[in-house]
Amino acid sequence: MSAPARTPAGAPGHLTGPAGGGIGTDAQRPDGTLKVRGEFAYGSDLWMEDMLWGVTLRSPHPYARIRSIDVGPALAVPGVHAVLTSDDVPGAKAYGLELADQPVLAVDVVRYQGEPVALVAADHPETARAAAARIVVDYEVWEPVTDAIAALGHPRWNAVHEDDAEVTELSRESAHLHPEGNLVRHLKVRTGDPSPTADVVVVNTYEVGMQDQAFLGPESGLAVPAEDGGVELYVATQWLHVDQRQICSALGLPPEQVRLTLAGVGGAFGGREDLSMHVHACLLALRTGRPVKMSYNREESFFGHVHRHPATMRYEHGATRDGDLVYVKAEIYFDGGAYASSTPAVVGNGGTMGIGPYVVPNVHVDCYGAYTNNPPCGAMRGFGSVQTAFAYESQMDALAAALGMDPVELRCRNAMEQGSTAITGQVIDSPAPVVELLRRLEAMPMPDAAPDDLRHMPGGVSNTTHGEGVRRGVGYAVSYKNVAFSEGFDDYSTARVRLEVVGGEPVATVHTAAAEVGQGLVTVEQQIARTELGVDRVVVHPKDTQVGSAGSTSASRQTYVTGGAVKAACEAVRGQVLARAAELTGRPVGELRLFDGAVVGEGLELPLAEVLGDDAVEETLEWRHRPTEAIDPETGQGFAHVQYAFSAHRAVVDVDTELGLVKVVEMACTQDVGKAINPQAVIGQIQGGTAQGLGLAVMEEILIRDGKVQNPSFTDYLIPTILDMPPMRIEVLEYADPHAPYGLRGVGEAPNISSGPAVLAAIRQATGLPLTRVPVRPEHLTGT
Amino acid sequence: MRFLQPTTWAEALEARAAHPEAVAIAGGTDVMVAVNFGRLRPPVLLDLTRVAELQEWAPDDGAVRLGAGVPYARVITELGDRLPGLAMAARTIGSPQIRNRGTVGGNLATASPAGDAHPALLAADAEVEVASVRGTRRIPVTDFYTGVKRSALAPDELIAAVRITPPSGPQQYSKIGTRNAMVIAVAAFGLALHPDRGAVGTGIGSAAPTPRRATAAEEFLAGELAGLWESRGELPAATATRFGELVAEASAPIDDVRGTAAYRVHALSVMARRALTWAWAEYRTAKESRPCD
Ligand SMILES: Cc1cc2nc3c(=O)[nH]c(=O)nc-3n(C[C@H](O)[C@H](O)[C@H](O)COP(=O)(O)OP(=O)(O)OC[C@H]3O[C@@H](n4cnc5c(N)ncnc54)[C@H](O)[C@@H]3O)c2cc1C
Repeated sequence: MSAPARTPAGAPGHLTGPAGGGIGTDAQRPDGTLKVRGEFAYGSDLWMEDMLWGVTLRSPHPYARIRSIDVGPALAVPGVHAVLTSDDVPGAKAYGLELADQPVLAVDVVRYQGEPVALVAADHPETARAAAARIVVDYEVWEPVTDAIAALGHPRWNAVHEDDAEVTELSRESAHLHPEGNLVRHLKVRTGDPSPTADVVVVNTYEVGMQDQAFLGPESGLAVPAEDGGVELYVATQWLHVDQRQICSALGLPPEQVRLTLAGVGGAFGGREDLSMHVHACLLALRTGRPVKMSYNREESFFGHVHRHPATMRYEHGATRDGDLVYVKAEIYFDGGAYASSTPAVVGNGGTMGIGPYVVPNVHVDCYGAYTNNPPCGAMRGFGSVQTAFAYESQMDALAAALGMDPVELRCRNAMEQGSTAITGQVIDSPAPVVELLRRLEAMPMPDAAPDDLRHMPGGVSNTTHGEGVRRGVGYAVSYKNVAFSEGFDDYSTARVRLEVVGGEPVATVHTAAAEVGQGLVTVEQQIARTELGVDRVVVHPKDTQVGSAGSTSASRQTYVTGGAVKAACEAVRGQVLARAAELTGRPVGELRLFDGAVVGEGLELPLAEVLGDDAVEETLEWRHRPTEAIDPETGQGFAHVQYAFSAHRAVVDVDTELGLVKVVEMACTQDVGKAINPQAVIGQIQGGTAQGLGLAVMEEILIRDGKVQNPSFTDYLIPTILDMPPMRIEVLEYADPHAPYGLRGVGEAPNISSGPAVLAAIRQATGLPLTRVPVRPEHLTGT
Repeated sequence: MRFLQPTTWAEALEARAAHPEAVAIAGGTDVMVAVNFGRLRPPVLLDLTRVAELQEWAPDDGAVRLGAGVPYARVITELGDRLPGLAMAARTIGSPQIRNRGTVGGNLATASPAGDAHPALLAADAEVEVASVRGTRRIPVTDFYTGVKRSALAPDELIAAVRITPPSGPQQYSKIGTRNAMVIAVAAFGLALHPDRGAVGTGIGSAAPTPRRATAAEEFLAGELAGLWESRGELPAATATRFGELVAEASAPIDDVRGTAAYRVHALSVMARRALTWAWAEYRTAKESRPCD
């Protein structure tokens, strides 16, 4: 395959990184020093001397018909090289992760505010923006569909006992946004008695607002036209091969002609799983014959990626007087916004894990994903489980209150354990230490009363209380979440590993397409190669499509799946090397192993240089976790998920009950990670996940009115600062999953799920208010 | 874009007069945000950071004359004792980076109803010293704010300084934000007790089209305190509550993404009551001789 004619500045290089550190050690990141020094190139740093700048013209309306587009005035601007609309998309006009329903550029209709309508390439970004503003789009503005339940024509909540919600007649609120209607997916779970009764019943409805991934490095990339008529795309993304598939389809080019390389990624959290500027930059580059860079600013970024689905959920829990769960009925609505993105899979998670890590004999879950004219929603850390955890954990607290039971006791009494049956009928066949996670949290010491210092008060140095009105609360929550892709998806990764001797020193090179988004997969790849090949120096090859797919950096799956692939490729390389050594020494392969740069055996130490000489041993292979299966569409039964991650949180909060301000005093977390491949990175994931969950509980929300985003900036979309995120107590358990490489469990998402519900429970305890919506705002706490 | 960088105040005023289209820039923490979002494309930038006169503060005729370009970080570290209300407000502003760059002069010129300096300046009866090639004038801060992000500054004028009389009594500043740092005020309240003249100063932020005083609340409290300044007696709880209510009544807030009008009104009443309670407690325990220079 032809290498790019010229490499842009800011393209990734080989990471040679620090030497040493196998699995189970706090090995340092190979890109750590670069990042700390500010020398690491992110996607927005890409540069070529003769490049053009691409910008996107977006719809100001959430729902409108495009009567006409006049690009003439934009083309007339000096310095403009191309102006493109959907007419210029040579291949498929629409793309999508699961359903190809999202136009590359709007075709006739726009379905959300911010939908891309036209593109401009110019020699300066300012020129491109000015030209885009001169494109004349004549819109016939329609009233948007903005409520997920109404969009499906469902009456609110009274359908919970029916198998299929009754559909009221088509009204404006349920006007069809797509030819097949507004239902993206309806998942049903049915177990046990369809009409169960119980001594104690609690029914509540819950709402979760729209959270943003708020990654710090906005969408960026550079497309370079290639001599073969194809294109090289350097882009900050999460899954190079799923991008490649969609780009090829839109450009009408074969995969050989669309070559992707991962640019430096400044955070992802699911928000880069869908395409953003990928096809756009390629279209402009192919049209102009020049490299084209696109880089969103913060405001555009809020419109340029999918968000976490807002959810509305009604739960009914029934239990015996002793506190045994008898049944759970749940009706869950996810607002998918204008296009499907990964809504079907989010509905899958929301439904199949929608009652939490508890054993319940009778379950009736209806989980829906709907189209509306709100911003499209898709993948975000915790993926469908974050929303339901707020509901099911709030329900456990409400039930405990109704029973007069301690909330932790109630949870432990009903907790899953290894051998339990999940609501999908799937037997949990690896450790599920839910009770231990909770008991360990309970046993941790409580934080002291707040010291007499403003920084520790609700409101901080804003000086709103010196202790007046402040009440403390404690809350617990536990979560479980599937790791890796589910429901029969062929989920695999590819790794190429080479071992050779360079300058007398053995060096392994690991080449995968797995996106490093900040989580530290590059470190894990090095650690595994060091452990498996007994070498110190491991080079990480840039991530690109010159090697097979690694699958997505999502679903807490890369350490498991790409880690598994790297391990398997290393084993294959090792097998070859040992076979050579066996031939050289006459020893049986079974007596030899790789250690410290040599082949060793009983009384034998043969340096790799002598085994390999000038040869390199290289293996490329695909690795799969054990298969899952589709669930039954009527009952939701099936072996849906390959692995589960479990975590629990205890939150301690101080609430100024008069002003409605919250200070989270301490977060404690216990999590089973199977095996901590890099213990320090595990702690980082737990801390980060906890902060993101806390953010959703008390401040993070994209506010939408009539389909329009009200706060597309970090001025008004607030994420926790260091003064909002308290110190943590963390205990990491390592109960090996016998089915997983090294026994490891995916880490990244679970702590994001249990954190927020624990904070909410603590605020509820401090205030005595029911609090059924997150993020909790001062208005909710003060009744204003 | 042209970039003017005067090094003396006279040059700055001449540049201001010669380039009506120029946008002045001090810390840049408002200007650069507007540029970044594409809301501002100034043909000329008038950088004031090299004008030494703007970067200093000094006692002047019983007041502190605070140069318009002194950043918040210095207000906090150098003026915490002389200008306690403003320093408390400065502590709530942005992040360390913003406090290192941002200035009171910039806050005044932006004249946002949410600017944190304003309630403290209103409570302290500050004066804004503005100048042009035509001359210098002093504007009582109460008259400075003329509308949403509009001020009494004439197009050819620059802000030279603010003049604030150091307090004869305690001052407080409180701000509501929906996170514990780096947040724009949802509502803010500044309070200054002036025992030397038996008066009370207040300032309300983020709860009306402009920063404003709660005049009725000031008068009510001054009346209630008339008999208490001398005795330093206990303040009846009902007085603090009533004061809070009157402050809230002086506001005219709206619903927006940061908070509801009803919450702002409620929060103001609580902040004002608490601030008064703290200020009076401080006044009662302070020795007869308050330091005041
Ligand atoms: C992340 C962030 C957080 C922030 N947090 C807060 C906060 O908590 N509270 C708050 O109140 N503000 C906050 N701000 C806004 C800003 O920091 C303040 O308004 C600050 O006081 C502006 O001062 P500056 O020197 O940076 O002004 P600049 O940006 O330099 O200028 C602001 C305006 O003042 C004009 N100007 C500046 N100096 C003069 C002068 N001498 N004469 C005439 N006109 C002049 C400029 O032309 C411009 O119109 C924040 C800003 C950011 C970016």
